[in-house]
Amino acid sequence: MAKIAVSSEGPDLDARVDPRFGRAAGFMIVDPQTMAFDYVDNGATQVMAQGAGIQAAEIVAGTGASVLLTGYVGPKAFQALSAAGIAIGQNLDDLTVRDAIQRFQQGGVEMAAVPNSRGHRA
Amino acid sequence: MIVAVASGKGGTGKTTVSASLASVWPAPVTAVDLDVEEPNLHLFLNPVIGDQKASYLDIPEIDEDRCTRCRACTDICQFKAIGIFGEVVMTFPEMCHGCGACWTICPENAITPGKREIGQIVTGQAGPIEFVMGRLRVGEAMSPPLMRNVKRHLGLDHTSPDRDIIIDAPPGVSCPAINAVMDADVIALVTEPTPFGLYDLALAQKAFAPLEKPMGVVINRADIGTRDVHRHCQKTALPILAEIPYQRDIAEAYAQGKIIAEAVPSVRPLFDALAKRIAGLASPPIPNEEVCHA
Repeated sequence: MAKIAVSSEGPDLDARVDPRFGRAAGFMIVDPQTMAFDYVDNGATQVMAQGAGIQAAEIVAGTGASVLLTGYVGPKAFQALSAAGIAIGQNLDDLTVRDAIQRFQQGGVEMAAVPNSRGHRA
Repeated sequence: MIVAVASGKGGTGKTTVSASLASVWPAPVTAVDLDVEEPNLHLFLNPVIGDQKASYLDIPEIDEDRCTRCRACTDICQFKAIGIFGEVVMTFPEMCHGCGACWTICPENAITPGKREIGQIVTGQAGPIEFVMGRLRVGEAMSPPLMRNVKRHLGLDHTSPDRDIIIDAPPGVSCPAINAVMDADVIALVTEPTPFGLYDLALAQKAFAPLEKPMGVVINRADIGTRDVHRHCQKTALPILAEIPYQRDIAEAYAQGKIIAEAVPSVRPLFDALAKRIAGLASPPIPNEEVCHA
């Protein structure tokens, strides 16, 4: 099964889902069958004046993940992720990474058709 | 000579001073509104508008067939205006500052400059005063690209202009304000004798100091508030070029959209003196041993 990227506050399965996509601390790239994971740091976007969502989308696309689970995605990142063929599950910010993946596998995550954040730039 | 009328704080009287300074200027002059986000100098100068033309920003257009996804463009872009997501290449034109790094660095020549309209350059004539204004398209996030186009229109990028130029700058001390004053020979900082005026004057002074331009202060509504601005100017050797009194007839003229140096007789000499002092700042007396081609 394809890999799942989850915006995460830290490098383990029990870390909380980082509610921010673009400025997430990092991404857990998880194989949902074995729960084996890699962690990709996204800290560089914290200091960007603009374009954090675009950069984060590049990082996620580069991991080969086909699903993203996160809290809030802005319009440009959404556009980029969609173009890269990555399905987006939003509003998962109250969960741990493990719980988010579990909910996704049980079919409890509705994939988003539109971004749920207006972003920080016009 | 290029004079920039700037301020840290908004609403101190930059446009009031720019309009009057242009009206008393003793030589041929072009008045330029570089506060492109909210230009208002025309409300006072009432120019006859001659031309309004669209102004564009160069943005990347990518030939996806030539592109090898090498990432050189997205790596060099400081504003994430180009993204490569797996095999997908996307541009985000509203993020682009138009620097041209992407099409300069692309090893495949897959990127060419395209155009995005960012505003207008409006020109006109107010009596003997030539008038130029940039007007940013509503919704644009950045003003410096249009400001650069206005300055290019004026010829500031390659020659010294044959007319003097008075620039009405945007407020603040960030990129737009710096862009407005960086080509000036003299910066006139308009302030008011209030704690806010002083605070923002000091910020502007600090922000513009690295440009190493002669600066002076115009104190508007000079008889309100405290003497702290005066003391600050004295302490930091910032010359006070003019003090405009807080007077009902000035406020009334302003409120009617008039040029105060024309409408209020007592104000005219203040601006004549201001013009002279600005000229003095632009060409300071040169120490004897260094006189060569003054």
